[in-house]
Amino acid sequence: MPLLAFIVVFFALPLVDMMARSFYDPKVADSLPETMRVLDTWDFEGLPPEAAYASVAGELLDLNEAGTLGSLALQLNHEIAGARTILLRTANELDGDDAAADGSFQDRLISIHPQWGEQEFWSTLKIMGEAFTLRHYLGAFDHRYDAMGEIVARPEYEQIHLMLFGRTLWASALIVLLTLLLGFPIAYHIANSPPHVGNLLLILVLLPFWTALLVRTAAWIVLLQQQGVLNDLLVALGLISDDGRLRMMHNMTGTIVAMTHIMLPFMVLPLYSVMKSIPPVHMRAAASLGAPPFLAFVRVYLPQTKPGIGAGCILVFILCIGYYITPALVGGRTGQFISSFVAYHIQQSLNWGLAAALSGVILVAVLLLYLLYSRVFGGDSIRLG
Amino acid sequence: MADQNDHYGLRYKVWRVVYRLLCVSVYAFLMLPILVIIPLSFNAQPYFTFTREMLTFQSDGFSIRWYQELVTNPNWRLAIGNSLAIALAATALSTFLGTLAALGLSSPYMPFRKSVTSVVLLPLIVPLIVVAAGTYFFYSQIGLAQTLPGIIIAHTMLGTPFVVITVTATLSGFDRGLLRAAASLGATPFRTFFKVVMPLISPGIFSGALFAFVISFDEPVIALFLAGFDQRTVPIQMWSGIREQLSPDILAAATLLIVLSVLLLLTAEWLRRRSARLRSGQS
Repeated sequence: MPLLAFIVVFFALPLVDMMARSFYDPKVADSLPETMRVLDTWDFEGLPPEAAYASVAGELLDLNEAGTLGSLALQLNHEIAGARTILLRTANELDGDDAAADGSFQDRLISIHPQWGEQEFWSTLKIMGEAFTLRHYLGAFDHRYDAMGEIVARPEYEQIHLMLFGRTLWASALIVLLTLLLGFPIAYHIANSPPHVGNLLLILVLLPFWTALLVRTAAWIVLLQQQGVLNDLLVALGLISDDGRLRMMHNMTGTIVAMTHIMLPFMVLPLYSVMKSIPPVHMRAAASLGAPPFLAFVRVYLPQTKPGIGAGCILVFILCIGYYITPALVGGRTGQFISSFVAYHIQQSLNWGLAAALSGVILVAVLLLYLLYSRVFGGDSIRLG
Repeated sequence: MADQNDHYGLRYKVWRVVYRLLCVSVYAFLMLPILVIIPLSFNAQPYFTFTREMLTFQSDGFSIRWYQELVTNPNWRLAIGNSLAIALAATALSTFLGTLAALGLSSPYMPFRKSVTSVVLLPLIVPLIVVAAGTYFFYSQIGLAQTLPGIIIAHTMLGTPFVVITVTATLSGFDRGLLRAAASLGATPFRTFFKVVMPLISPGIFSGALFAFVISFDEPVIALFLAGFDQRTVPIQMWSGIREQLSPDILAAATLLIVLSVLLLLTAEWLRRRSARLRSGQS
């Protein structure tokens, strides 16, 4: 099975590697091995012993010479604001007065930067020095280790991920609901049209499905912008004034509208394929037994569409949770999903451990949903078109 | 009694009108955003909206300058070339791998069929952003990041499950007796495959290939992470166009992509019908 090997190597391995990265982060431990050994015996009480100061001074100088101090400093900066400056300045000044090495390293380091004299700085360093760590997951859920190594919530101004997870979930749920409300009638309509009409109508659903994602996103930007088509139309109709143009984009409204449009085919297609298999005789039978149309619909038709509804809802929900492109382009600041932060931590803040942990959370959520789905509706039924 | 029937009848009629209107508006919701792009791509002005000249159908309101931009701008040319190269390579690879996998998986002698199938279909379920993050970390360690082969491999993985699905679907109506018949007539397995199996499953292979092509050609997320400047694809070019300068050349590109998707959709439909016909002709 060449395919199996191929998928395992290029698909499964990266995922495993990513999950590993979210637990295992040896950067600090590898950079400052001697210091970490000394810190192992330190139990967060007061300041660490002189040996820790001595070894960190030596190791910083070595790193500076090897040219890898910058990447360590960047890493520490994720957890300690200003750590980059502290490390770089310390290494530079130590380098300068190497000869005048009298007095304790503790006094010298503290005189270079007062942070060296703070217990919290050292405890963070010790925690980051643990190669196997849960700290990225704590970060993903807005928690951290405090100065005594206990798990606490992050200060409020740093809390962002939980809010984003929450927003991603409710926005996805809303999109599922909207696509169901819009998709159900047309799926019913297509399934109950004569074949040649039905096929044509199906193309109306399939065309957006086959159209490039960025084309559809661009289309919504064209429509929703403040100088865009919809606003122009409303102004021309006199419904709003020229300076009262609606803000429909760069916020959650934009994300929801565009995402509903993009996800609609994924709801319609499973619904349609289920409805197609429900014989119209059932409805006629109900009617002939005296059920009014509405009652017949609710009691006889609706229960039979349940597999389609379930499949469509789960499919759309799973797709929404990890969606990146559209929220990032039309969502502005308030319409972002958690995926934007994965991208942010990979590309801008370079906090790869945290990005891996966030992806890990999304991955686990999606796999759980998929498992639930295959338990309830039987596994191999992802159908497209 | 008759009165009550009329009552139902009236309500039923009102309900039908409401329902029809609802359906029509949903179809409009699906199609209009895509259609609105097409006339705007011929805008003579660098705006994303209809100008007065366009609305009054004056000829100087329209132009093909944004299409010329696509052809002459080196960034666009690079992107189009890259996208085509990546999509064609990824399609070829995933069609090959996917067809083999489908043949293997449909054989009743295949061990661990269920678990292998779920591994093969995994790329369908895992969110793109997670795949992108994972491949980015991993490929940068093995030197595949910022290379065309890296993107091709990643896209191949996304496309393969579709080939597996479509080929498996055509194989589901496949009569294994034909294999034995061919063998008993002295055909080598190789010959049997090309003379007997291939013609029957070819619609499945082609529509799977079509899917794989579209997936790769339209895929923005993984490309965004794995591509450097020299590997930029059409979706990336559009992405940065939307983010940075909002020029209507994006709409021209979008229009061309819409035309492409109509062609692909029609081909896919044609293949689907052909496959359905083949299958019904067989039974």
